[in-house]
Amino acid sequence: MELSPDSTILWQWGPVRLNATIVYTWVVMAALTLGSWLATRRLAWEGKVSRRQNLLETLVSFLNDQIRAVGRREPGRLLPFIGTLFLFIAVSNSLEIIPGFHPPTGSLSTTAALAICVFFAVPFFGVMQKGVIGYLKHYIKPSVFIMPFEIIGEFSRTLALAVRLYGNIMSGSIIVGILLSIAPLFFPIIMQALGLLIGLIQAYIFAVLAMVYIASATAIHERTEEEKRMK
Amino acid sequence: MDNIGLIGMISIIVAGGTMAVGSIGPAFGEARAIAQALSAIAQQPDASGTISRTLFVGLAMIESMAIYCFVVALILVFANPFWKYVIEHPGG
Repeated sequence: MELSPDSTILWQWGPVRLNATIVYTWVVMAALTLGSWLATRRLAWEGKVSRRQNLLETLVSFLNDQIRAVGRREPGRLLPFIGTLFLFIAVSNSLEIIPGFHPPTGSLSTTAALAICVFFAVPFFGVMQKGVIGYLKHYIKPSVFIMPFEIIGEFSRTLALAVRLYGNIMSGSIIVGILLSIAPLFFPIIMQALGLLIGLIQAYIFAVLAMVYIASATAIHERTEEEKRMK
Repeated sequence: MDNIGLIGMISIIVAGGTMAVGSIGPAFGEARAIAQALSAIAQQPDASGTISRTLFVGLAMIESMAIYCFVVALILVFANPFWKYVIEHPGG
């Protein structure tokens, strides 16, 4: 049994290997790009709005609302990053129902890459918001002894982010594979329907957790001011 | 018993034990979280949006403990590094 689509090598030329993960990632990227291009080709300001434009507008306003609710701030520059994470994971998890498609998020390399993006985005947005010194100050906020734990926490939450998404998606496809050999008629369909739900929830959770990490790196200053006001 | 049999037996026993022990804790935790969230929604239906969003994120974090155990169990059964080593180096 295969634990990840990494081991399926579709094409090889010398040291250059093209495995299933890369190809399916390209498929997802192409689907997203083509879909957005089709939807934004003819934008309407007034009158009748096309269905595709309506769908995209709903998505973008949903993402904006969620970022506002979780991060308690205006989306601004966060929307492209968080929205891309959510859309990529959601689309690749939902395409799981197409036969022969292995979701690229079911491979640890993809999820690790996404988690590393979040790992570097946190100091990036933090420095952009508060400057280098202001950002580094939050490592020693209550006392200097907190610093090693903060650093360990940053690495361990990146690992958790990667393994959580990988484990959920991979376990879904493996359970379907095991059920196919035991009860091949109906149960795999039910589990796949459950897998769709889990895939969307995991995409949402990945985006929300990335948002929470970025918000905690950028908004500490405001929170202390609020606490001062409370006292 | 030779090494292959020993490693296979221990891997399977430990994989089963990992799943058994590793799903009890998250099960209790999730049950507690959902019960608290339900009573909170019953008391304050206006805040149900915030509560359920926080509940989903919290459930995912609790559930990831069980998922770690599941990944470890799967590695033990399907991709055991010691198993591969023993197969590739018979007799030592």
